[in-house]
Amino acid sequence: MKRKEENIKEMNRDERFTLKRRSFMKMLGGGIFIFFRPWEALDLLSIPAEQARTLTKDYNTFLRIAEDGTVSCFTGKIEMGQGVITSLAQMMADELNVPYEKVKMVMGDTELCPYDQGTWGSLTTRQFGPFMRAAAAEAKGVLLDLASEHIGAPAQQLEVIDGIVIDTKDNRRKVSYGQLAKGKKLEKYLDVKPPVEDYKKFTIVGKPYKHSDAKLKVTGEAKYTGDLKLPGMVFARILRPPSHGAKMTSVDVSGAEKIEGVKVVRDGDFIAVVSENRDKADEAIVKINAEYSFDEMQVNDKTLKEWMLKTDSGTNVVRTGGDLTAGRQECDKIFEHEYQDPYLAHAPIETHTALAVIERDKVTVWASTQSPFGLQDSITGELGFPRENVRVITPFLGGGFGGKAPAQQGVEAARLAKMTGKPVMVVWTRDEEFFYDTFHPAGIIKLTSGIDKTGMIKFWDYNVYFSGTRGADAIYDIPNVKITSYSEKRNAPVHPFGTGAWRAPNNNTNTFARESQIDIMASAAGIDPLEFRLKNLKDEKMIDSLKAAAEKFGYVAGKAPSERGIGIACGTDAGSWVATIAEVKVSKNSGKVRVNRIACAQDMGLCVNPQGAQLQMEGCLSMGLGYTLAEEVKFEGGNIRDRNFDSYQIPRFSWIPKIDCVILDRKDQAPQGCGEPAIIAVGASVANAIYDATGARLFRMPFTPERVLEAINKV
Amino acid sequence: MEETIRFTLNGMETELVTDPNQTLLWVLRNQLGLTGTKYGCGIGFCGACTVLIDMEPVRSCMLPVSEVEGKSVITIEGLASNGELHPLQKAFIDHDALQCGYCTSGMILTAAGMLMKNPSPTRQEIIEGLEDNLCRCGAHNRIIDAVQTAANEMEGGK
Repeated sequence: MKRKEENIKEMNRDERFTLKRRSFMKMLGGGIFIFFRPWEALDLLSIPAEQARTLTKDYNTFLRIAEDGTVSCFTGKIEMGQGVITSLAQMMADELNVPYEKVKMVMGDTELCPYDQGTWGSLTTRQFGPFMRAAAAEAKGVLLDLASEHIGAPAQQLEVIDGIVIDTKDNRRKVSYGQLAKGKKLEKYLDVKPPVEDYKKFTIVGKPYKHSDAKLKVTGEAKYTGDLKLPGMVFARILRPPSHGAKMTSVDVSGAEKIEGVKVVRDGDFIAVVSENRDKADEAIVKINAEYSFDEMQVNDKTLKEWMLKTDSGTNVVRTGGDLTAGRQECDKIFEHEYQDPYLAHAPIETHTALAVIERDKVTVWASTQSPFGLQDSITGELGFPRENVRVITPFLGGGFGGKAPAQQGVEAARLAKMTGKPVMVVWTRDEEFFYDTFHPAGIIKLTSGIDKTGMIKFWDYNVYFSGTRGADAIYDIPNVKITSYSEKRNAPVHPFGTGAWRAPNNNTNTFARESQIDIMASAAGIDPLEFRLKNLKDEKMIDSLKAAAEKFGYVAGKAPSERGIGIACGTDAGSWVATIAEVKVSKNSGKVRVNRIACAQDMGLCVNPQGAQLQMEGCLSMGLGYTLAEEVKFEGGNIRDRNFDSYQIPRFSWIPKIDCVILDRKDQAPQGCGEPAIIAVGASVANAIYDATGARLFRMPFTPERVLEAINKV
Repeated sequence: MEETIRFTLNGMETELVTDPNQTLLWVLRNQLGLTGTKYGCGIGFCGACTVLIDMEPVRSCMLPVSEVEGKSVITIEGLASNGELHPLQKAFIDHDALQCGYCTSGMILTAAGMLMKNPSPTRQEIIEGLEDNLCRCGAHNRIIDAVQTAANEMEGGK
C-alpha cells in the first residue's frame, strides 16, 4: 500500500516537473538549458525518510546559459546571510571556466527551481555542492561538444578560458558560451555521478570572495519579503491566543470593526483584521475582545528540570561499547553530574513575513522561509489548490538560524488572500515571533564517567533528556561507553510549545555537558585540560584542531583553576571538527562574565570560500555568546513571558570578544558544513574558563550573573 | 483624518497627504516605497528602523509621521550622493560587515549620525554608539571595523 502511494506521488512529481519545465521555458526564453540530477542520490545521502520521497527522480537543478554568456543556476536553496549565494556561484564558475561575475544564482522559487528539501543542517555546500560541481563539469562537456561542432575541431583539443572556448592548436579559432547559446533553445539532461575531484585545478573555489549581495544590502535595494508591494495590498494582523494551549470561548470584534479603513475577516477561530494602513491594523487588532479557557501544562522555566525528569519518555540507546560496570571498576575517580540547558529563541531581526496573492486559480506566496517547497506543500494542503497552482518565492531572508524552517506565516497569508480576495501581507510582530517560534528545546544531561590513576577515561555513561542527540557522542577514545537518549513520547508531551532546530541543533547542549565533564576530570587528575584531551583522543582531526586553536591562542599549559580564566572545548558538527579556546574575566562581586578573547580552529574539509567561512565562524562565535551568557526563554505554562528584546537579551557590540579563527588547510578533502559548527563549543569553553578563573563550576546555561555568583559562593 | 505633511526626504522637498498618526516607518515603507528602513521589533529595541531626522538617528517605528513636519529625513536610500556610495556603505562592503543584511540600514544610519557628532570615535565609542542596534548574525566586529575605516576616510577628506 505504502509503495503504491509512493508510486503515485512519483508520477505526480514527474507530471509536475513536466509542467514546470514547460512554464519556465516559456518564462525564460532561449539559451542552452542543462538539467541534472544526483545519481542514486538516496544511496548517498542520509536524510530522513519522510523528506527522501521527493528527492528520488527529479532533475535536481539546472543551468541556463544565455546569449550574453550569463550562466544562471537554479536551485531550491535559499540565502539567509550564510553566503551560499556566493559560494555556490564560485563552485559553478570554477567548473564551467567562466568568470565568477557571470554566474547568477536563482534561488528558492518553487516554479523556477527544482525541488529541494530545505536550507538547513549546513548541507548546501557539503551535500548539494558536489553534485552541482559535477553537473557543471558535465555541462562543460556538453558545451565543448557544441563548440567542437562550431569550430570544427575535436573537443579534446579545446580549452575554456573565461567562458570562451579556444582551439589549442589555433587560438584564433574560438567561440564563447554566449555565442553557442545564440538563437538556441537546447535542452540536455544529465545523470550526474558524484565527482572524483582534482582539487588542485580550482582557480575560484578556495579563494576568498566577499558577499556578492553586499552592495544591494548597504543601499537598501535588497528585497526581503516585507519590501514587496502589490496593487490593492492589505496588511493583516491575526488574533492570537494569550498562551499555547488556550482555547477561544467567545469573541467580540465590534471594536475593531469601528475603526476606519479596517475590515475584520473570520474563518472559525482564525480571525484577522486587514487594512491598507499597517498602523490601523495594529490599532484594530487590540480592540478585539476574546475570552479563552486554559488547559496548560503546569510548568515554568523555574520548575522545568523537575517537570522533565518526572515526565515519561521514550528510551533510545544511541551507542554502546565495552562494559560500563567493568570500566567503572578500573577507575580511580568517578564523576556524576547533571547539566541543564533552557529553551532558546531564534530571534532573527526579520520576523516571519509573507505576501500572498490569488489570481484566478493560482496562489503566489513570497515568504521568508528556509523551506519554500515545504511551504508549498503546506499551502496546497490548506487551500486545496493543486500543487502546481501554488508558487512560493523566497526573496532574501533577514536571518533564519533554523527558525524559518517552519513557515506558518506563509499559510496564514495564503488563507487571508483567499478570504479577502486581495493581496495580503503578513509581517509578524516581534511579539508573534517570540510566541510562535519553534524554540531550541530545553534539556538535561546526566553524565557519569571515571578515570584511572593515569588520567585515562575508562567509562562514560551519557544520558540526554529531551534535547536531542546531535553532538551527543563521546568523541574521546573511551573503552566503555553508553549513550542514551530520552525523548518526548507522543502521549506524554514535555514541551509546552513548539520546538525545533536552533543553529547546530542541540549540539551546544551536548558539547557543554561533555566538555565540562572532561574539564572536571582533567582538573581532578591534576592534568592541564588541553593535555588531558589530547591524551584521551585518537581522532586525528580533533587533535589537529585543538593544536591549531592552542597555537592561534598562544596557549600556555596550566592546571585549572589557574585563575587565568582560560577554557577549552571541542567537538564535531555538520561533518566538521572545531576547537575553541576562550579567555574570560569574571567579576567576583557581580558575577558578570566578560569574554575577552576567543580562538577557534575548524577543520571543514575543502573550504570553498575562506572569506565566507570566516564570517560564518565569527557569526557562530558571536551568536554563541547569547546562549552562553544570557538567552533563556521565560515562560509560565503555555505563556511565553519574553516577547521582545527588552527581556530577551541577544549579544550586543560590547559583549563581542576579539575573535581569531583558523581554517585548517584540507584542500584534498570533501567540503563539510560551516554555518553551524563554530557555535557548539562557545558555552563549554566559557564554562571551563569561568572555572579556571574562579574555581566555580557552572552546570546550567546561560551563565547569568546570579548563577555565576551562586557557584562562586559554593567554592 | 488625513493631513498634509511637508518635510525634506533624502534632500527632496516632500509633501504627503496621510494619516498623521501613522508611524514614519510604515509611511516610508508603504507609502513612499523606501523599504530599506526595516521593521524589526516595533518598539525601538532593535534599531533596524533607524533613520536620520535632522541628522539625529531616530527609531522610525516609534514616531508618528506628523513629527517630521518641517524636518529633514534621511533614509538608507538617500545616503549615497550622485551615485557615489557613502564612505560607510563602502566600508561595510569592504569589511564584509554584514551577513543577512537586515540590520544593515539601521547600523549604517546610526553610525552616520554618530560620526556627525564625533568624527573620530575610538573603538569604545563606536561600541557604545551602536550598542542598542541588534545584529543576530554576529557581524559586530566587522561593523566596528567598518565604522572605524569610514571615520578615517571621512576625516581624511576634510
